[in-house]
Amino acid sequence: MDPWTYAPAPESASLAEVAPSYRPFIDGAFVDGGGEPLKTVNPATEEVLAEVGTASPQDVDRAVAAARRAHEKTWGPMSGAERAKYLFRIARILADRSRELAVLETLDNGKPIRESRDVDVPTAAAHLFHHAGWADKLAFAGLGPDPRPLGVVGAVIPWNFPLLMAVWKIAPALATGNTIVLKPAETTPLTALVLAEIAAEAGLPAGVLNVLPGAGDVGSAVVGHSDVDKVAFTGSTDVGKEIGRRLAGTGRRLTLELGGKAANIVYDDAPLDQAVEGVVDGIFFNQGHVCCAGSRLLVQESIAEEFGELLRARIETLRVGDPLDKNTDVGAINSRVQLDRIVDMAAAGDAEGAVRWTSSCPLPERGLFFPPTVFTGVEQSMRVAREEIFGPVLSVLTFRTPTEAVAKANNTPYGLSAGIWTDKGSKALWTAQRVRAGVVWINTFNRFDPTAPFGGYRESGFGREGGRIGLDAYLHV
Amino acid sequence: MTRTVPAPRATAESTGGFAGVGRDEASLRRFLYGLPGVDQVGLERRAATLATRSIKKGSKLRAIDLAISMIDLTTLEGSDTPGKVASLCAQARRPDAEYPDVPPVAAVCLYPDLVRGAVERLAGSGVQVAAVATAFPSGRSSRAVKLADTALAVDSGAGEIDMVIDRGAFLTGRYGKIHDEIVAVKQACGNAHLKVILETGELAGYDDVRRASWLALLAGGDVIKTSTGKIAPAATLPVVQVMLQAVRDWHRLTGEYRGVKAAGGIRSTKDAIRHLVAVNEVAGPAWLTADLFRFGASSLLADLLRQRRTQVEGHYAGTEYIGAS
Repeated sequence: MDPWTYAPAPESASLAEVAPSYRPFIDGAFVDGGGEPLKTVNPATEEVLAEVGTASPQDVDRAVAAARRAHEKTWGPMSGAERAKYLFRIARILADRSRELAVLETLDNGKPIRESRDVDVPTAAAHLFHHAGWADKLAFAGLGPDPRPLGVVGAVIPWNFPLLMAVWKIAPALATGNTIVLKPAETTPLTALVLAEIAAEAGLPAGVLNVLPGAGDVGSAVVGHSDVDKVAFTGSTDVGKEIGRRLAGTGRRLTLELGGKAANIVYDDAPLDQAVEGVVDGIFFNQGHVCCAGSRLLVQESIAEEFGELLRARIETLRVGDPLDKNTDVGAINSRVQLDRIVDMAAAGDAEGAVRWTSSCPLPERGLFFPPTVFTGVEQSMRVAREEIFGPVLSVLTFRTPTEAVAKANNTPYGLSAGIWTDKGSKALWTAQRVRAGVVWINTFNRFDPTAPFGGYRESGFGREGGRIGLDAYLHV
Repeated sequence: MTRTVPAPRATAESTGGFAGVGRDEASLRRFLYGLPGVDQVGLERRAATLATRSIKKGSKLRAIDLAISMIDLTTLEGSDTPGKVASLCAQARRPDAEYPDVPPVAAVCLYPDLVRGAVERLAGSGVQVAAVATAFPSGRSSRAVKLADTALAVDSGAGEIDMVIDRGAFLTGRYGKIHDEIVAVKQACGNAHLKVILETGELAGYDDVRRASWLALLAGGDVIKTSTGKIAPAATLPVVQVMLQAVRDWHRLTGEYRGVKAAGGIRSTKDAIRHLVAVNEVAGPAWLTADLFRFGASSLLADLLRQRRTQVEGHYAGTEYIGAS
């Protein structure tokens, strides 16, 4: 008899209610942008989803001016309790429209509907609820007796979690009394624009939130604007460094959340089956388009062979394909540019002598896909061990002792996250104290919670987002 | 679905890497405590993710038929009578009278004194007769009584024996006693298939489930089974996942296939399909056969038949239209 297979179980694309065109949101209204319109593409089909108007330099000026007015006239003077009402309202509407937002995110980004439905959208709502609760309690956050907002925030976000990253900037900025000009990523502007629509529906005063689609030039204009008081950027380390240079000496505040090359350290006394799950989740969640992805597996040499066998068997069960199918585990690569980069990095792994293993899963005939891939025999000096690939490619290294594990984990210019797998609590804590990473997960990976601060060391950036500490980046204390 | 007679397999003692593990209490303990731990949070998270699989259309119909063919249709009540057994056997042979293409269930599962009547009624049907034995459900008796109980079932014609382990011994660390008891019962089974009930709801967590699974596999159990059905919680997705990992690892290390039976608490088609997804993705597609995976259930069949008619007829069928017992 034929093997039992899962029939396609696609979520309906019509739930996303994609409009033929979208426009920038400035001063409380959707307006025609002066920039060249862009076309956003569904990476699973490479078909155009919608045309999106972009911002011109004049639009950036208008948006920043609107944000400034709103900060001085309405949002800044408003009591925290009143601000909270708006944020709670936005959170509730977002949760109400979660199915629409999940499908839209999947269409625009390529991530599996299971993730947009179970992670991106609920986590975004959780961040809004969390920060809404802070709005009238800032004096009790332990940061200072009378924390004051900074003014106008300029935020630029990446394409890997378009809605969630927008909320990570908007929720703390608004809760602390700032107004914001947000530039979503060029390839994934849609959910941020629906979020603007939700804000308008919630009655958020004009100018408090402005969303300016566009490419790097718009982002550059936002972060370089002389009337922006604080810049919050999530994206590549190269762009982050450039922003750092531009803002140096201006007195404007800056937080950067940049790349990573996280180590997932598996000791020989780890709960092996769950460590396999964590490693798989660490690198194949969101096709590996995660700045904190566990892209380097450090496994103790005594179990390396068995762990590799279990890991490959588990990866073989990952279902790669139509992101709208509820049974898809790994979706589409967000853009042709990113796919090309992943292909190049994998070729570099081959050229430098690492051993490539690829899941035998079938890939769709069209669209942008890359199969789950594991490199073994990886050395510290290889590019696949040093550079962020931002794709479903895992590099496996081995270690002999805890000291060596820590040394290898720290042998990177990045320092965003790390994972530690052991059943021995003392060893987990010993390791966590020595690994230079802003986030350390013990016996789990890729868990996000609005109460837990998130951020990096060194070339992974500075500043924290989320939790009580995350408020500090948006306040004079 | 055709069912094959399981091939004769090596006894635990002759099995490559594990020879001698069961020779004494100390080596058993060392082995069981050397198994990798189970992290509760990660295990339950995987179970929750697997439960989100969406099984529709042809896949669902196929899963329903597969689940029906894996059922050990069970009655284990003090009030069981020959009449109850007769109606159970009739349904086991032909679960839905109006749809002859519905496969028969795998087995009926009874107390030993009712086995003979069931064997007569099921002759030639391919449906096995399974009997619980060894002072089921508590397992609180002497080994002599347990072996006599087993002998009664086997002599009456049972093709499968569902034994219980001594949970008191397990909780006090007397693994050797349990090992030796399983070996003795296996011997008393002769050609009958041995399922070893771990009663996971009485053990102290997932690490214990893994140890008990390995203990039963080392001692020669053909199938490891979650529960008696008398204790809650019984067959949960995380517990079954740990047991599926055990038989998967046993196969990886010895080349032998052993089975899992999820018994107790699985009442709906949705639950059954979630377990099949776990079998498919945790152990592997090779386990999607009644030889290697079973459901122990009394009310599950009725829901599967109802959902099957819904798939075939396009609308829900009332229970009164299906001749379920």
